[in-house]
Amino acid sequence: MRVFLHLAALVPLDHLGHYIHWHWIYLSVANFIVICLMVVTFVAALLLPFPGRRSRKENR
Amino acid sequence: MSTEIDRQWTTRLRRRVEGKLPPEKMLPDTQPAYVASWIYVFGVTTLAALAVVIGTGCILAIRGPQWWHQSSYGHFVNSLHLWSVEIFFFAMVVHLWGKYFMAAWRGGRSLTWMTGVVLFLTSIATAFTGYVSQTNFDSQWISTQAKDGINATGAGAYFNVLNLGQMLMWHIVLLPLVAVALTALHVVLVRVKGVVPPFEEAAKAEVSA
Repeated sequence: MRVFLHLAALVPLDHLGHYIHWHWIYLSVANFIVICLMVVTFVAALLLPFPGRRSRKENR
Repeated sequence: MSTEIDRQWTTRLRRRVEGKLPPEKMLPDTQPAYVASWIYVFGVTTLAALAVVIGTGCILAIRGPQWWHQSSYGHFVNSLHLWSVEIFFFAMVVHLWGKYFMAAWRGGRSLTWMTGVVLFLTSIATAFTGYVSQTNFDSQWISTQAKDGINATGAGAYFNVLNLGQMLMWHIVLLPLVAVALTALHVVLVRVKGVVPPFEEAAKAEVSA
């Protein structure tokens, strides 16, 4: 339990969140990180080879 | 000559369902080679996350708010419910991007696309009513912020975000019913029409036809 408390202390939660404000775009840094992760996942899904793809093509 | 059995509605409905969706199409043994790509994984990831959302939601409904606020096991199930929702939306957005850039409405799949769109909007409403039903300071903050926006649309008289009972019923009864029904329809439509092929495969099929 103590370990989790120490881990939680790494992320300060007792102050206002950080926000990105650019023209009409206004979003929290946390949401921006999630959007970046989704973009990275999307690109990785397009580029990374799928296991067994070659053998499936050969069997076709 | 059609018999009385041929004319009854159960026979006609069964034949129609069998024609549109035979068992080998509903649960196919193989998939086309182009489906062997990570981009096709996110639809079923969304479904798996939805199953966890519903399972943990049922446990939360049985045990109640005091349990999920005050016990360790309650905190754990509450966190599972939240994080499975996060994964649900994460996977659904990547699935949406993938299908958008594939133009997945091609080949008579417009209804599949539209059920997905409505399902996405329904999921947002379901998540929103969940956030205002947490029964903590976070839900109080969200609902007091949201009420002005909802009132500005004119819907506040029917959809009162400060009414916890109403929001909870939307969250655990009405919206999940719509979401699950739309999910089932979406999956059945994918099975009826098949997975959308990449542009080059569709062009090849058109040339050979």
